[in-house]
Amino acid sequence: MMSEWLSPGFMQNALVGGLLVSFVCGLLSVFIVLRRMAFVGAGVAHSAFGGVALGFLLQVDPFWTGLFFSILVAFLIEGVQSRGRIEEDTAIGIFFAAAMALGVLFLHFSRTYNVDIFGVLFGNILAIGPTQLLQVGAVAVIVLAFILFFFKELVFISFDEEMAWVCGTPVKALRYLLLAVLALVIIVSIYLVGIVLVSALLVIPAAVARNLTHHIRSMILVSTGVAVGATLAGLELSYIIDLPSGATIVILLSLLFFGATLWGRRR
Amino acid sequence: MSNLAVRIIDLSVFHNRQPTLEDITLNIQAGSFVGVLGPNGAGKSTLLKVILGLIRPDKGEVYVFGEPPLRLRRNKHLIGYLPQRPLNNPHFPVTVLDVVLMGRYGLLGLGRRPSRRDKEIALNLLKQVGMASRAHRAIGDLSGGEQQRVFIARALSVEPKLLILDEPTISLDACAQDELYDLIRGLQEQMELTVIMVSHDIGAISEHVGDIVCLNRRIYLHQAPPIGRLGLEKTFGCSVEYLFHGQIPHRVVRIHDE
Repeated sequence: MMSEWLSPGFMQNALVGGLLVSFVCGLLSVFIVLRRMAFVGAGVAHSAFGGVALGFLLQVDPFWTGLFFSILVAFLIEGVQSRGRIEEDTAIGIFFAAAMALGVLFLHFSRTYNVDIFGVLFGNILAIGPTQLLQVGAVAVIVLAFILFFFKELVFISFDEEMAWVCGTPVKALRYLLLAVLALVIIVSIYLVGIVLVSALLVIPAAVARNLTHHIRSMILVSTGVAVGATLAGLELSYIIDLPSGATIVILLSLLFFGATLWGRRR
Repeated sequence: MSNLAVRIIDLSVFHNRQPTLEDITLNIQAGSFVGVLGPNGAGKSTLLKVILGLIRPDKGEVYVFGEPPLRLRRNKHLIGYLPQRPLNNPHFPVTVLDVVLMGRYGLLGLGRRPSRRDKEIALNLLKQVGMASRAHRAIGDLSGGEQQRVFIARALSVEPKLLILDEPTISLDACAQDELYDLIRGLQEQMELTVIMVSHDIGAISEHVGDIVCLNRRIYLHQAPPIGRLGLEKTFGCSVEYLFHGQIPHRVVRIHDE
């Protein structure tokens, strides 16, 4: 059974890709949850739609246009709210709707009907090829290096930004870096679960871990384990009983969350 | 000049075109224990944040040990700071020791982990504030008074010469308040710190600090000694009721001519 499941090349690509994507999501998820950035994540993910559609229009790899769009929108949200005129959630609401609307216009002008819009929105990891795998691998290395190098600063700015600044931490630079890394993770997560479901991978793993652990180190381990485990199980399940893989993964994650919440209450 | 911890010249800060601080000129001697007294909305926290460099003044100059706050921070001459609400997220998954170690992060620089020496420094500070036995507990499990002690240990872990405390006793009962004031006083003497402490608690502050600055958007100064009812009433803008615990010590910064 297992060997048969592993045999086709596309399934191997899907497994390796899914493993790497879920690994970085599980890692980053901890900081998204502790910094209460869930809505930022959802907003940046949705705004990637504009970039991906621009890629279709210009007939370039949507990875790059999507990345450009999500970083641009993430920085705009940050820039606007740091000036203090507009609340962050208002800024997100405006920018992500505008970016998605642009995406619809780009699609309209591109008049290509052979692109997999459904795959962009809900994920199609089986379609992942060597180029995408390389992108996912590069992103995984960058994210891991970022979190290892800035770990203590990331914890501090999540705990108390003002204090972190007073103690000499470069808070502003780290906020922008974290947003750029978030955009990177979102773009590769789209391969696995799609734009609409990305926030599940960014939020649920750490939310599960939070219910089960009391220290940030164990929280990171559990969060990463949950993301990787649910992804591999979801891929296998969707292969065996022929379900859409992205949605299966998200359903599994949600079930884990409810289970962990009940478990946390019991104790 | 060199023995001035803080030198503020003609400072004004505006918020939505309304002045929060106006024409402040103030010198604080190194090694002194200064209480900043004033009603809610007087700009006490703003004054502290200007000294820390968190708020840039719209007018005037600020020097901390002879340097502007931002340059001071860049040179890693850090100020110990206890903010008004130091624990925004009571369930944040870190231990007491982690919290104190955070104060070391800026001195360590990017990409470097706390060493054994940093941990020794942090544990030693926890011992000094009486929280060594709590080092490995989650920060959220501690009582309010215990948390304040831990956050004071963190403020001291940046190896400051100046310690700034924003309403350190606001959520504590009377007994814990007195203990905390005694602790701060002891640390100040032992570490030769300059301490600036904000409060709106007239009785407590007058009992524990060396000098008093009365602030209500402007600095109100008065004849020495003691601080009279009139001086306080000017600061608070209403009649003030307070009890004397002996003579209230205070310092005249400049005679005002209003």
